[in-house]
Amino acid sequence: MTTRIVELRRGILKKNDELAAGLRANYAKAGVLVLNLVSSPGTGKTAFLERTLTGLKARGARVAALVGDLETDNDARRLASSGVPVRQINTHGECHLEAEQIGKHLSEWKEIALDKLDFLFIENVGNLVCPSSYDLGEAIRVVLLSVTEGEDKPLKYPTMFNSADAAVITKMDLAVPCDFNRELALKNINEIRPGIRIFETSAKTGAGLEEWLGYLETERASREH
Amino acid sequence: MHELSIVMSVVETVTESLAAYPGAKVLEVRLKVGALSSAIPESLEFCYGIATDETPLEGSRLVVNVLPVVVHCAHCNQDAELDGIQSFRCPRCGEPCSDLRQGRELEIDSIEVDEAKETA
Repeated sequence: MTTRIVELRRGILKKNDELAAGLRANYAKAGVLVLNLVSSPGTGKTAFLERTLTGLKARGARVAALVGDLETDNDARRLASSGVPVRQINTHGECHLEAEQIGKHLSEWKEIALDKLDFLFIENVGNLVCPSSYDLGEAIRVVLLSVTEGEDKPLKYPTMFNSADAAVITKMDLAVPCDFNRELALKNINEIRPGIRIFETSAKTGAGLEEWLGYLETERASREH
Repeated sequence: MHELSIVMSVVETVTESLAAYPGAKVLEVRLKVGALSSAIPESLEFCYGIATDETPLEGSRLVVNVLPVVVHCAHCNQDAELDGIQSFRCPRCGEPCSDLRQGRELEIDSIEVDEAKETA
């Protein structure tokens, strides 16, 4: 037996990473700020996104959204009521979105042109594990956590919380009935991702949304040119 | 559970690299997996048997080396290895650290092949 060690040193997700890098360059060239929204199922991503889309539109921004789900186009139909272009991606069992799907859907989506957009939101499949490994070329990864999920969620899913650029706490209107310990939740998020920007919001009452929309506009402006 | 698609891409990459070693049999595949990569070694090993079936990697061993998280502490101006992924603070001074230097790796380090068939 003649054995030999062959050094490969190859990234396993290299194909996805390369496609994501290409997308990131396209987004930057077009001047569109792309955000990847990740959370558990049921956190309220869609309701939060609905408020975000209508809020930005009311401020005169050009926005669009890609929404990922295993099955159904319920979320896309729900978001379409906000009057902005929305496209559903069905993964048919896959637990996350990949850069290749984003590229494919963007090229087939004739209703929008990247250089005519200010913001593009990608609502990932509800899952706090797998999407953390897949770069979609986004400028900002937003992790969402609802007050009904427990303050220790960041400690349970550190890989996702550590990879995020901003954190949004949703359903703040339910904080009191759920005995939500706000200080503990903020402490846990900061333990996993020190210094991350955190927004406390309610899609129902609109709390925290002005601050969030202002953040989006500032981020977009800071990346121009 | 994305370990199966991770392992399938390992099989694809290793199979491609075997073109340079015709007739070689793969004995071992060594991965480097960061503690923050969100790939679980046990799940990778479980999926490996399924994904390598009827491929040139069939019957080979998978070795997963987990790399701990290394952060750079601006306060100490030094890199430091963390014990786990529950607290991102410098183990020396206790300051929060968000400057990651290691821990997200997901790569094929090397493979061990038997070239006996080639030389026979």
